[in-house]
Amino acid sequence: MSVLVYIENFNGKIKKQSFELASYASKVAAGMDTFPLALVTGKIDDSELQKLGSYGIKKTFKAENKFFSVQNDRLLAQLIKQVAEKEQAELLLFSDNATGKALAPRLSVKLKAGLVSGVVAEPISISPFVIAKRVFSGKASAKVQINAPIKILTLAVNAFGLHEQAVNNEITTIEPNFDLNDESLKIVEKKEKNEGISLFDADIVVSGGRGMKGPENWKPLEELAKTLGAATACSRPVSDDGWRGHEEHVGQTGKVIAPNLYLAVGISGATQHVAGISRSKCIVAINNDADAPIFEVADYGVLGDAMQVLPKLTEAFNAFKGE
Amino acid sequence: MNFEFTEEQQMIRQAARDYAQRELIKDVIERDEKAIFPTEHIKKLSELGFMGMLVNSKYEGGGMDTISYVLAMEEISKVDSSVGVIISVNNSLVCFGIEKYGTEEQKEKWLKPLARGEKIGAFLLSEPGAGSDATSQKTTAIDMGDHYLVNGVKNWITSGNSASTYIVIAQTDKEKGHKGINALLVDKNSPGITVGIHENKMGMRSSDTHSVQFTDVKVPKENRLGDDGFGFKFAMKTLEGGRIGIASQALGIASGAYELAVKYAKERKAFGTEIINHQAIAFKLADMATEIEAARFLCLKAAWLKDQNLPYGNASAMAKLYAAETAMKVTTEAVQIHGGYGYVKEYHVERMMRDAKLTQIYEGTSEIQKIVISRAIATDSL
Amino acid sequence: MKLLVCISNVPDTTTKVKFTDNQTRFDSSGVQWIINPWDELALTRAVDLKEDGSNPINEVVVITVGLTNTEPTLRKCLAIGADKAIRIDTEPKDAYFVSQQIASYVKTNAFDFVIFGIESGDYNGSSVGAMVAEWLDIPSVSSVSGIRFNGNQALIERDTPTGKEQIEVNGTAVLVVQKGFAKEPKIPNMRGIMMARQKPLEVIPAVAAEALTNYVGFELPQPKAKVKMIDADNMAELVKLLSTEAKVL
Repeated sequence: MSVLVYIENFNGKIKKQSFELASYASKVAAGMDTFPLALVTGKIDDSELQKLGSYGIKKTFKAENKFFSVQNDRLLAQLIKQVAEKEQAELLLFSDNATGKALAPRLSVKLKAGLVSGVVAEPISISPFVIAKRVFSGKASAKVQINAPIKILTLAVNAFGLHEQAVNNEITTIEPNFDLNDESLKIVEKKEKNEGISLFDADIVVSGGRGMKGPENWKPLEELAKTLGAATACSRPVSDDGWRGHEEHVGQTGKVIAPNLYLAVGISGATQHVAGISRSKCIVAINNDADAPIFEVADYGVLGDAMQVLPKLTEAFNAFKGE
Repeated sequence: MNFEFTEEQQMIRQAARDYAQRELIKDVIERDEKAIFPTEHIKKLSELGFMGMLVNSKYEGGGMDTISYVLAMEEISKVDSSVGVIISVNNSLVCFGIEKYGTEEQKEKWLKPLARGEKIGAFLLSEPGAGSDATSQKTTAIDMGDHYLVNGVKNWITSGNSASTYIVIAQTDKEKGHKGINALLVDKNSPGITVGIHENKMGMRSSDTHSVQFTDVKVPKENRLGDDGFGFKFAMKTLEGGRIGIASQALGIASGAYELAVKYAKERKAFGTEIINHQAIAFKLADMATEIEAARFLCLKAAWLKDQNLPYGNASAMAKLYAAETAMKVTTEAVQIHGGYGYVKEYHVERMMRDAKLTQIYEGTSEIQKIVISRAIATDSL
Repeated sequence: MKLLVCISNVPDTTTKVKFTDNQTRFDSSGVQWIINPWDELALTRAVDLKEDGSNPINEVVVITVGLTNTEPTLRKCLAIGADKAIRIDTEPKDAYFVSQQIASYVKTNAFDFVIFGIESGDYNGSSVGAMVAEWLDIPSVSSVSGIRFNGNQALIERDTPTGKEQIEVNGTAVLVVQKGFAKEPKIPNMRGIMMARQKPLEVIPAVAAEALTNYVGFELPQPKAKVKMIDADNMAELVKLLSTEAKVL
């Protein structure tokens, strides 16, 4: 019996979300009287893999075959199944991101495993296996029971945090025992944009709304984001009007994010917007309308004009960093 | 009795609402301020089918019932009643008149482009000295054998310049009184037509209103709607249906202002609580909600009668009277609830208050509606 | 080419969520049901592709798993422009169950693409699409933000965490689409609304399938603490609180 964690890496670096998942796996495995294993695919150094030991992973499998360095869900799922069966995994864990959302359902079918996606905490009980997840876009939470011997969870990003717990991590290379030929998908073009930080990965997000008055006013917001190493985002009207690209739109029909700190600047806080940010650890609202609904969900509020507050805030953060 | 809407009716309401809340809202303040005709919106609303929604699909219209029309007019007018009146005139005056009383040839030539929304229609009845008093027509259409020769001036013409198809009401035989009046289909580009300057109105500023002068305009005989002398009856019958459109428009202005007032009252705080918790505001909202609901039922009742092919003239007069009065009252209260914010353009309600005023005036003033209703009472025909 | 767009029937996004039967069941009284917003974007793009005429798409079919109460939502899909609607006549139990129903339909009815919105607005599962792909053993592309055609070859645009990829697919594939796939949901026109009742809405029986999960209870979130207001001239105070009190710096 074991708990198997799928660890993601980007250009040989393990993602923070995956360390969080490893932390979660160690905690849950202990509760189930078993231990966590990790599976990593693609080219990655052992020294990087060793880091998983700091979060309680006792054994790491790596599959370096070049077929696994591009995301082909079908092949990856087959590999995970191979390891899960060999190691008798009773629980499989993925991050609740695009990769996890693509792989976990496939494993559910392959292993006849009950899947709950977007969990935010440890199981409530392990027999029966009951766990909480958010439903109705964050307007409620639900307790879900899994009625199958094998369980799969995807963990909402930034829901559990990092918890260090150093153990010895043994690294083993594995080879797939199946045919790797799959020509059903072909990547014909790949565009990387290197500026900025991905919204999903960012610890801090600075986001602008209609209150910014126009696309020409984004400079001080970008300056603040730069100071904080933050990603930039926006509300729906802003992306609808083309002030910012749609990839920045955060909300119910845009991206749903959960950073540590979300700074909402000139955003009134319509329910659709709040659905996309309500899992943030801390929300700061800057708005010149004291009655804006964003203040109902914010932890800290600043009443004032964005153009005046933003430079002061940047200055204060710079002073803080200097200390 | 059944108060449920059909699925189609609900879909039409939602379609109108989606378009209004998503698109019309974007530039409604600017169009009002600068009196800009909503050309692009009318194009898109035509593609969605609203410009000819009441016309039978045989003539390339939407083939919808009048209940759907009330629902659509309300949703559109909640955001932009200028767009509402353009749709109303096109549907319930111009298209309706041609569909009901025109020949197959006239429908083919004039109705289809209007139903598709490629052309906009205008209804030319009012004159400087004759409003609802249609028998005092001074515009003449003299019978010249194979054509009419039209001379005179028409006033307060909605879509007077943006329209290209006119229905002109004119006097052919003064001797015969109202039986000497004809309704003629006229192409706006006919020689001898002069469109006057854009009226600088208080409200409904995004709809263009003009006076139109006719000087020896030749109109072929085949363009006459109905038999010789049918024009007065044509105008009266058409206006009955038009009232449902304007009543629904007034309803939309009222319910649009009400929705904004409720939203504001739930957000705005005074003396430590949202103002909706103050009885002075709460009771205003209660009255507004009740009156709007009553106006809505009057509109729907008139529409239902029309859809059942039952007489609806009195019902549409009542709907128009009550909805227009409600629009004026509700928008005034909505401005009051908003306080100072209500008096500035950004919050929409001041525009709605200006727009509401016109619903008490055009297509028969409130007083005219009372004449219609009271005559029906006096003659035991209500 | 034939497209299948999978539709969830969900409560309107502005619904105030309530539960009943001792907090074990969603209270659907007074709820307005809509096409799941992401599915609506998927359908919008599918219909646009078909209506454009320059693409090889000649049929758009929508499918849902649900009881008769989902039919108004399916008819709305027909009004928007789908050619045919399929309702698999059973209560949708969980993703594992629903995916088998849809997969079984696709197995006997050939489609080029089976399209899903990224998630449903009710139970936020995000898993039926990839499950269907697995049941059918076909490829799936997630985070799809665009689709174009070059003759008969579809070119799929996919957002990656660091950029974008263009992907060619051979054979039937599942697409899980997100924002960007279509800009805004299509508003049905009168003709579409009139036609909706004349278009086929087929009701087919469910296949035998298991569910592996069930909901045992619901909770509404605790009301949160009141916002702490900071003076606009004292941003140092805000930074200090974020560091020492909220501990997020």
